[in-house]
Amino acid sequence: MENKDTQRAPVSQKPHSVDKPADTTTIGGTISIEINNEKHTVPLGTTILDACKMTGIHVPTLCHHDDLCIAGVCRVCMVEVEGMRTLQASCAFPITSPIKIHTSTPMVRKARRHVIDLMLSEHHGECYSCVRNNNCELQSLANEYGVDKYTFGHVEKSRFEIDNSSFSVIRDMDKCVLCKRCVRTCIDLQEVGVLESVDRGDKTHISTFMEKDLADVICINCGQCINRCPTGALHANDPSDDIWNAIDDPKKHVVIQTAPSPRAAIGEEFGLEAGHSMTQELNTALRRIGFNAVFDTNFTADLTIIEEGTELIIRLFKALVEKDETVALPQFTSCSPGWVKYLEHYYPEYVDNLSSAKSPQQMFGALIKTFYAEKAGIDPKDMISVAVMPCSAKKFECNRPEMADSGYQDVDYGLTTRELAKMIKEAGINLPEMPKTHFDNPFGDASGAGLIFGATGGVMEAAIRTIVEFVLGKKAEDVFEKANVIPVRGFEGVKYYEIPLGDQFGPVPALIQHLVPNWDWLAGATLKVAVAHGTANAKKIMEDIKAGGKFSECHFIEFMACPGGCLGGGGQPIPTNEEIRKKRAQAIYAEDESLELRKSHDNPHVVKLYEEYLTEGPCGHLSHKLLHTHYTKRGKYIA
Amino acid sequence: MLVVEKNSLTAEIEAMVEKYGNSRSSLLPILQDVQRNHKFVSEFAQQEVARLLDIHPVEVYSVISFYSFLHSKPMGRNIVRLCQTITCDMMGKVNVAKAIERELGISFGETTKDNKFTLEYANCLGMCDQGPAMLVNDKIYPRLTPEKAVEILNEIG
Ligand code: SF4
Ligand code: SF4
Ligand code: FES
Ligand code: FES
Repeated sequence: MENKDTQRAPVSQKPHSVDKPADTTTIGGTISIEINNEKHTVPLGTTILDACKMTGIHVPTLCHHDDLCIAGVCRVCMVEVEGMRTLQASCAFPITSPIKIHTSTPMVRKARRHVIDLMLSEHHGECYSCVRNNNCELQSLANEYGVDKYTFGHVEKSRFEIDNSSFSVIRDMDKCVLCKRCVRTCIDLQEVGVLESVDRGDKTHISTFMEKDLADVICINCGQCINRCPTGALHANDPSDDIWNAIDDPKKHVVIQTAPSPRAAIGEEFGLEAGHSMTQELNTALRRIGFNAVFDTNFTADLTIIEEGTELIIRLFKALVEKDETVALPQFTSCSPGWVKYLEHYYPEYVDNLSSAKSPQQMFGALIKTFYAEKAGIDPKDMISVAVMPCSAKKFECNRPEMADSGYQDVDYGLTTRELAKMIKEAGINLPEMPKTHFDNPFGDASGAGLIFGATGGVMEAAIRTIVEFVLGKKAEDVFEKANVIPVRGFEGVKYYEIPLGDQFGPVPALIQHLVPNWDWLAGATLKVAVAHGTANAKKIMEDIKAGGKFSECHFIEFMACPGGCLGGGGQPIPTNEEIRKKRAQAIYAEDESLELRKSHDNPHVVKLYEEYLTEGPCGHLSHKLLHTHYTKRGKYIA
Repeated sequence: MLVVEKNSLTAEIEAMVEKYGNSRSSLLPILQDVQRNHKFVSEFAQQEVARLLDIHPVEVYSVISFYSFLHSKPMGRNIVRLCQTITCDMMGKVNVAKAIERELGISFGETTKDNKFTLEYANCLGMCDQGPAMLVNDKIYPRLTPEKAVEILNEIG
């Protein structure tokens, strides 16, 4: 049956649509208004809130979030509009006539204060013991409006049990202010649809299907809801106490790997502007905290490119040359555990398309407790392996039962950027002041290709740099200026790119010579790739593939569960918004350009690993044992 | 749930979707029909409705939880709803309530062991001039006294 109703989000949650001219220079494109008796001209259809922002006037908000559709439910942003009987929610008021606005009248101030007082009257929780202490929007509002007593009383008793069933997301609904940002995030932004408001009136609360535990419904652990919650009601499952215990235990050898995105963002937790990479400062800080070895996840990102790239070549060879019709194409990336779980639930029939290569985190986990343990002469059972990730789904990933190929749980703890920042502060370290140091051997510093995994399009760009050199035998720099593959960069939701391969090929590199004889079978072919970030965009591609559209003709598609890719992950500093995502991306790309080593296959430590340890080469027997995995067809029925 | 039951429930919901259409706005009439036929909307039924309307199960649950006349948990065969709003209250609701509780041996919000009755409060039923009033399934009973209420319940087979 065809579904005519394409506007999936509830109509009440869509912004008012205003018919406005395409550009503001045409007649009627702008409108003159007055804010606090000053004249201004704004584009037609601008909300009062945005108009105030443009003119430098602060209006408090709570339910409003730049990434989300308008809700207008909290009423903190109320202003007076002359001629209107009631106060208006400025975030949900598009300007279509020459109105006069007042943002700070006694009525406005009193109403806002009442709204805040009412929220506090139902808010159970103490700031000192809250993860969001000092970074809570409710706390700041109370501060801004000088709340000095509970005008309408205060709930003394807890009303909800904490849901800590999930490896990733903890729900403490006593602290919820019903802004519904999480609902809009999960339904509209991610199109996963785990959370909604349930019941009515004073019983209203945010919950899951039939009040089930979060671990039992279809949550992909992306943590995007955490990142948009203004209070401590949603937070990540924090393993830092266990990690401290391991560090304090002299018998334990505690190693840590750091992913690129946390390094590009953690400075924000220490008061720096977004867009400062702290990679080498962080190495020093981690050693001072007491970690025994500090590794670069980019090393296994480089390894992922080799394994996943080889897998793609094998798939293409089987499909094109051996005419094997069972080969699943396009191949999908598998680095984002949120995306993997999304696919397992919503498109289980496509699990074969997922690359069997593990994510960089999990590859590293398996190598640390085998290869590194042997080299360093440490019994893997005395090792604790921690991964600093921008991601809450990584916590779930490391706990997947199949992720134990070393004979132990490969990665013991996934730690988010926020949680690591807290540990560093607890250790009395001011990160930006740390001297710079390098990563530890035997993995050393990795390539810029591994680094850009942090931004949407980065895996694809890294793969393209390697594939171009492997297949065409040319320098990536000769094909793309400075080896920057610009068409797959940027924050467009879905990107599509074609690379005609022509008929001039290089020799097959030694590393994969045993897998393909030559490249002649690719003559005249065009490599088609696509990139999507945020599961709502992933869904667009998947629906197109199901319908046999242009994406079904692709060879390789990169999917990331979070908007912006890992740099916008659910474990990243709060706030995260479009502007901040852009700055983090700039930091990552700038660092990549500053490096000498910018291609995964040039990473000398990767080359050495294949020479010394994975001697059967990429996708060989030992690779398969340690670096590859399988997936589960979960389906969407909630039992 | 048995597979056969599941399939017949699916077929039933499919027919409703056919009848009302598969847009979001069909959600309420479909839920009302399921409620009427089964006295509640089971987890399975909610997920089938969600699947056929291409919305999320939690959205269906959210709507059910909003409306007092829709239920996501099994209810008794007869649902008794006594009005709790001011006028009925002033006309002697409290004594009627006590009599009903005594007669059925349950409190408000509960279901009898034999599954015959579920007892609930409702808000104004629009019978304020003839209170106290109660609704048994779809039928309204005005001008109650404790005795009359007990009699009415006893008459229900
Ligand atoms: S973690 Fe992601 S999928 Fe889970 S409830 Fe939050 S937004 Fe939804
Ligand atoms: S859990 Fe957080 S984001 Fe969700 S409604 Fe409550 S306060 Fe808002
Ligand atoms: S911010 Fe405008 S109503 Fe919440
Ligand atoms: S008050 Fe009971 S019917 Fe209106």
